[in-house]
Amino acid sequence: MSATAAASLTSTGEAVQFWVLGITAVIGALCTVLMKKAVHSALCLAGTMIILAVFYLANGAYFLGVVQIIVYTGAIMMLFLFVVMLVGVTAADSLTETLKGQRWLAALCGLGFGILLIAGIGNAGLKTFNGLGRVNSGGHVEALAALIFTKYVFAFEITGALLITAAVGAMVLTHKERTERAATQRELAERRVREGVQLPPLPAPGVYARHNAVDVPGLLPDGTPSDLTVSKTLRARGQVRDVSAEAIEDLKALEQRSAERLGREEAAK
Amino acid sequence: MNPVNYLYLAALLFTIGASGVLIRRNAIVLFMCVELMLNACNLALVAFSRMHGNLDGQIIAFFTMVVAAAEVVVGLAIIVSLFRTRHSASVDDASLMKL
Repeated sequence: MSATAAASLTSTGEAVQFWVLGITAVIGALCTVLMKKAVHSALCLAGTMIILAVFYLANGAYFLGVVQIIVYTGAIMMLFLFVVMLVGVTAADSLTETLKGQRWLAALCGLGFGILLIAGIGNAGLKTFNGLGRVNSGGHVEALAALIFTKYVFAFEITGALLITAAVGAMVLTHKERTERAATQRELAERRVREGVQLPPLPAPGVYARHNAVDVPGLLPDGTPSDLTVSKTLRARGQVRDVSAEAIEDLKALEQRSAERLGREEAAK
Repeated sequence: MNPVNYLYLAALLFTIGASGVLIRRNAIVLFMCVELMLNACNLALVAFSRMHGNLDGQIIAFFTMVVAAAEVVVGLAIIVSLFRTRHSASVDDASLMKL
């Protein structure tokens, strides 16, 4: 395996792989930047990272390729998705420009920077191509370990300190000290009775409405939707479904049409 | 195929990530673009390692990954605490100290 990666010029198979996966990686990167929702960006970035892992493997960096999949796509991207869920999936980017023409200037800067970088690589004297066959002769992971634990041992120790600092920092940043004792069930119940605003549990969503999904507010006897029936989180995110009379009529007509098309006679009636 | 193509790909990905940092306003997406730039650097390091026939590039890429992991942990913690206080992940909203 290491011998094939050490060939002095890449094989046709690798060239095909490079062009197919490289274009996919660039598309994924562009989608990461251009997608409006953070979840879509995260998924596109995860795809790009998996492709990069394949490139690492193709370049003879077997250990790094596996670490890329485990650490980047497995841990870091899932952490990103976790935070996206925590912060709000539907929180789309605001499209209003705070600085006038900032987007175009940024795109222009990016283009110039890219031209500069690629021209720099084009002019560099990258004639040597040795391959990894010689250094991998005693085993790839063994060779890596020999380097990490001799030449780079100090940097390796420092990364340990860095990781511990990062873990402590994350805990300090997200930890909230509770300043008063949490109220017990009995105290909460007594407070509810004392306040006398809402004694029984809150009404369930969808009562008297057409659906009983969590985002459908229940209707009061006069047909107006009740805010109490929908969870506070959904209300804050603005995900409460519209249950005005015409929206319900539209939904009813849509269901009627789909039932007719699917030939469900009893549902259509 | 010339292995220098990997370097061109890495430069392209880095440029896309840098433009993303300049263009986007959502702090999480900004972070993702930074990760993209770090990954592009790693690809360049791995390609260099293969060209020069030694493993130092791969070791540096490995250390980059460790630093990226630490950075993500702290950065996401900052984003979460920002979101808690401001109810927004947009970097434009954190402008309390602006005159």
